[in-house]
Amino acid sequence: MTDIAVNSLANARPPRSQWLDFWEQFRTHRGALFGMTFFLFVLLIVFVGPYLWTLDGQYIDIRARNQGPSLAHPFGTDQLGRDTLSRLMAGGQVSLAVGITAMALSLLLGTLIGVMAGYFKRLDGLLMRLTDLFLALPLLPLLLVIIMLFRDTLRTAFGPETGIFILMVFVIGITSWMQTARIVRGDVLAIKEREFVLASRSIGTPSRRMITRHILPNVLSPIMVSATLGIANAIITESALSFLGLGFPSDFPTWGRLLFDSTDYLQQYPERVLWPGLAISLTVLSVNYVGDGLRDALDPRIRGR
Amino acid sequence: MFNYTIRRLFLAIPTLFFISLIIFLLLDLAPSDPTANLPLTIPPEVREKIRQSLGLGEPIHIRYLLWCKQFFINEPLNIMEQWFGWDIAGDRLRVLSWQTRSPVVDLIVQRTPQTLWVVGMSYVVGVLIALPIGIISAYRQYSWFDQVGTFISMIGFSVPTFFTGVLMIVVFSVWLGWFPSIYDTTHQVTDWASFWQQIRQMVMPVAVLALFNAAQISRFMRASMLDNLNQDYVRTARAKGLGERTVVLVHVLRNSLIPVVTVIALGVPQVFGGAIITEQVFKVNGLGQLLIISIQGGDLPTVQTLTFIFAFLIVLFNLIADVLYGVLDPRIRYD
Repeated sequence: MTDIAVNSLANARPPRSQWLDFWEQFRTHRGALFGMTFFLFVLLIVFVGPYLWTLDGQYIDIRARNQGPSLAHPFGTDQLGRDTLSRLMAGGQVSLAVGITAMALSLLLGTLIGVMAGYFKRLDGLLMRLTDLFLALPLLPLLLVIIMLFRDTLRTAFGPETGIFILMVFVIGITSWMQTARIVRGDVLAIKEREFVLASRSIGTPSRRMITRHILPNVLSPIMVSATLGIANAIITESALSFLGLGFPSDFPTWGRLLFDSTDYLQQYPERVLWPGLAISLTVLSVNYVGDGLRDALDPRIRGR
Repeated sequence: MFNYTIRRLFLAIPTLFFISLIIFLLLDLAPSDPTANLPLTIPPEVREKIRQSLGLGEPIHIRYLLWCKQFFINEPLNIMEQWFGWDIAGDRLRVLSWQTRSPVVDLIVQRTPQTLWVVGMSYVVGVLIALPIGIISAYRQYSWFDQVGTFISMIGFSVPTFFTGVLMIVVFSVWLGWFPSIYDTTHQVTDWASFWQQIRQMVMPVAVLALFNAAQISRFMRASMLDNLNQDYVRTARAKGLGERTVVLVHVLRNSLIPVVTVIALGVPQVFGGAIITEQVFKVNGLGQLLIISIQGGDLPTVQTLTFIFAFLIVLFNLIADVLYGVLDPRIRYD
């Protein structure tokens, strides 16, 4: 009875919301759906897991060092007898937190600069030259240099862990906003010429409200796509820096740092590099698939094909 | 087109100067002292003299201009002297590394061949793999080949090179023992046996970088082919009765290569940057490794010069990509 009622209601008023269309399209992309499930799964393990698996990743049990997988330590232990599973979860927290925060910062910067450049003609030339300049900088060398130079200062200012975290998020965020800015600017330039913008300007909407009410919601889709790519990029950059020994300190594990530490024992315990490496790779892969699906779902040219 | 190239070249000069200024200021702002690692027993006045001898006594603008003079005037003159056997003006001040006290440019010249061999080879291999994969994937869209190819390329650019590299070392040198895990730069190719040895040690670093590059380029190739395959001129070519081979490999391929060529050009400097990690994994002592060592040693002149050279490569290849685009595609008019 209720089923019929619901069905007839749905038939009477077919839901034509944009987000539902989007979801319908997104669902057809199998890789994206799988990627999203996997990413949520990783988030769950990494942030809820430590409450279930209560071994401390910092606890040194020298008698249980270099063990293979067992019931007490499912992924084995490292050269100091620390439990690999809890270190992986702790490392994942840092890696994902850096990835997501850095992505948020770079999106904020990119959107701000993109909207400013697209909306205000006077700023356009200046901001786009700035973007070009940033694109011409050799990013990885510069990241390394910045971290080498400012690591100690920030460490003394904020403590070893928070200091490096702030530095990482800041440098990754400040060196990855350019693509977002370019895409957003292009979209804003196109939307600015549309009739609804003209209409709302004619009733005297101030620029601030125009941007927040009319422009931003319409450029949300490219921003969402760059958000996923931004997370993947930030996770890889953070692990690369940690892998080069210029990231987080050794007693503060991240996936990249764990991989770097395991390479010292490559000959004796080659399986140890597998877990952090797989964690990075699968997470990035799943995020990239979500990005692919998002792009397909948000692109009206592909939709319905 | 020629005018455009000239204009872009002139625009590149202030950009490069600005970038070098940014790098210089960044290095200078940093609160690091090159004498900090020296023993504490050195008296302060000697320490001050060491700082002076490193050229740190001058104010910042003098030091920047000095670096510019050394890098943009003295070093090219030196290179020209070496090439043509000239002798213009004897001793010139060169950019000296703080670690080795030898000219930075000499260090770079020593390191470049290794980087070019490994990185250059991997880029060529990557492109050669990527183009056929992209073409076939696009031509047989949604076939099993396309599915597998897309999946592999997704993996190729999601899995970071420092993991694929380490994984290859585990499999091929620890377990199977086929290839050496460390790249021996002192190795000299004299006969077939040493040539074979050289190939063996190059296989893994080249494969790692080639997989990464091929993944990106094949995606571009596929997308670009797909864009062109649905165009009207393809239907016209088929209607004229041209063979399928001619249609795809001549008409479609030539048109879809235009954006791919520019992407390949744009990727070259990024490869140099990305090779830093691969060189670290396989212990290739190329440019990337030089950068890491100098960063860890606080050797600012080397870091400054190397970073600037990376920036120069980016600007140069951006320019090449833009000009190529204009040359290859007659629809693009810059004037």
